Amino acid sequence: MAEITMTEALNKAIDEAMAEDDGVFCLGEDVSAKQGGGVFKVTSGLTEKYGEHRIRATPISETAIIGAAVGAALAGQRPIAEIMLMNFVGVCMDQIVNHAAKLRFMSGGQTPCPIVIRTTTGVGVGFGGQHSDMLEAWFAHVAGMHVVTPSNAADARGLMRAAIDANDPVVFIENILCYGLTSEDPGPGYRVPLGKAAVPKQGNDISLITYGRTVLDALEVAGELEKEGISVEVVDLRTIAPYDEETVLASVAKTGRALTLHEAVRPFGTGAEIAATIQEKCWDSLKGPVRRIGGTFSAVPFATHLEQAWIPTKQEIVDQIKASMGKM
Amino acid sequence: MADIAEPIDRDKLLDIYTRTMKVNRTDEKFRELLMQGKVAVMYYCVRGQELVSAAAMAALQDDDYVVCTYRGQGEQTAKGIPIEKWWGECLGKATGTCKGKGGTMHITDPDTGIMVTTGVVGSGIPIANGLAMASQNKGDGRVTLVSFGDGAANIGGFHEAMNMAQLYKLPVIFLCQNNRYGEHTAFADHTDSTSIAARADGYGMKGVRVDGNDVNAIYPAMADAVEHARSGKGPVLVEAMCYRMMGHFFGSDFSYMPQEHLAEMAAEDPLPKLRKVMLERQFTEEELDAIVATIDAEIDAAVQHALDAPLPDTDEIYKDVLEETA
Repeated sequence: MAEITMTEALNKAIDEAMAEDDGVFCLGEDVSAKQGGGVFKVTSGLTEKYGEHRIRATPISETAIIGAAVGAALAGQRPIAEIMLMNFVGVCMDQIVNHAAKLRFMSGGQTPCPIVIRTTTGVGVGFGGQHSDMLEAWFAHVAGMHVVTPSNAADARGLMRAAIDANDPVVFIENILCYGLTSEDPGPGYRVPLGKAAVPKQGNDISLITYGRTVLDALEVAGELEKEGISVEVVDLRTIAPYDEETVLASVAKTGRALTLHEAVRPFGTGAEIAATIQEKCWDSLKGPVRRIGGTFSAVPFATHLEQAWIPTKQEIVDQIKASMGKM
Repeated sequence: MADIAEPIDRDKLLDIYTRTMKVNRTDEKFRELLMQGKVAVMYYCVRGQELVSAAAMAALQDDDYVVCTYRGQGEQTAKGIPIEKWWGECLGKATGTCKGKGGTMHITDPDTGIMVTTGVVGSGIPIANGLAMASQNKGDGRVTLVSFGDGAANIGGFHEAMNMAQLYKLPVIFLCQNNRYGEHTAFADHTDSTSIAARADGYGMKGVRVDGNDVNAIYPAMADAVEHARSGKGPVLVEAMCYRMMGHFFGSDFSYMPQEHLAEMAAEDPLPKLRKVMLERQFTEEELDAIVATIDAEIDAAVQHALDAPLPDTDEIYKDVLEETA
């Protein structure tokens, strides 16, 4: 099997969904061929196949983009709306939170809103305070939507298909630093069900619960600690909300220790919710407190050394795991 | 102001009158129930704006889409929403359009094209573009009409949506019911623009300002806008000049409205003016009264049905959050 990058994986998933269903269309800033197929090239080559009505390049108008996606979804279509960078959701939160997420409930189930909101972000590329934040907790706190992020190209392909299939809004977070990651191509029609975590590394001593780019750090640390005799189980949530509580709790029941890890700032982050649930439901299995790692509670800084100091480091993961194990 | 090439067809005029009175009698009944304490819910009165809603809905086809606001009773009832379900929803009952989970500010009935009622000023405008975009994508020939007030014309989404609609030539009609107040703030105190319709120029869009209290002005303007949108020429911004003859919501103070404004709006009340037109067009007092009597009887029955209807099960708070999957 051939290898594909995450960019190619997303492109293939969107392409095959558009080929199968005329109701699937993309809209967003710079997405069409005239602008080069998107800033990160995810929609590259699709305008030529499906035309400008189905790859709609929009003005810089996030509220109008999400509003249009909501309306089209109510009329039975399956829009994939792109918000170029995740911080720009601040411009259109009303459409996402008050409308997309709530219309199914407020209409008594009459108007589901099947939209995918693709958005990119990530710390570590020097984009500074308004182009880097992971804001998944904002959406995880809202009933009526899914929040998804892939950590590898194969999952990206499968999660995107599942997101397009879903009959509810999905915020689909892509990490800038992950676009170039390669996986073996899982092939056409591949789907990763929403709400199902993966366990890319089994272990017995501690559950390291994470998602997105930090899964890479988690796996690297787990590999290193294995040599020191510490067996780390890595849980990749893949769907951040509603998350796969069953897999998380089963892992912690086995290992008796848990550490949550995300790039987003730590206070009120998704790690806090997961930690609280583990403590409520796995108390008797726990050998110590659930620990949390997250980004520093400040704006993402610009200078490279500041940015690297801001972001959770592999050393921090090692330290927290060793502290959990009573080895520090 | 639209030219009146020929008088409105007599059947259409009767249709508009019937829709107008449906809106008005529903409004009167709602206020009566609130005054009597039989109902205690948020209700945004539409007194003074009945004709605008009725004329707009009469210009649409049954399968066209409508997006409205919390002050949307006019569009909802004039579009033909089943009134038992409408009253059921307003009273928070299981028989309501939304099983009692939406309420007066979120009435939804896709069967009659009432796709979204938003409680957030201006938020329906970008959504209307999406409905129209779907129609354009599918080529289904529908138009979408979104109704909002003058206050909504100052929110960012209005401008974003206007620009996008014209860019794509979407089949959408932006109906700004300029009732001279945005919540408690008078038109002149929330913008230095003298016309909302004139803003259409800035987007290269067709914009018209029309007297919303005169059936011979508002209906032809709406019919023209609908025809423009449906024929693929793109969106139209219609600014219908009207008055909100009550406070922002039922029971709210409106002593901030100056005496001259109150006198002006009393003189421009669309209902006596419409009645006069009907009589001029050879409808009789008896015919018109009979229409109102029929509407009243239907409303009374619907209200009683809603009052007697069961409350939603408390389990409903867990349902319709996400699609139920096995």
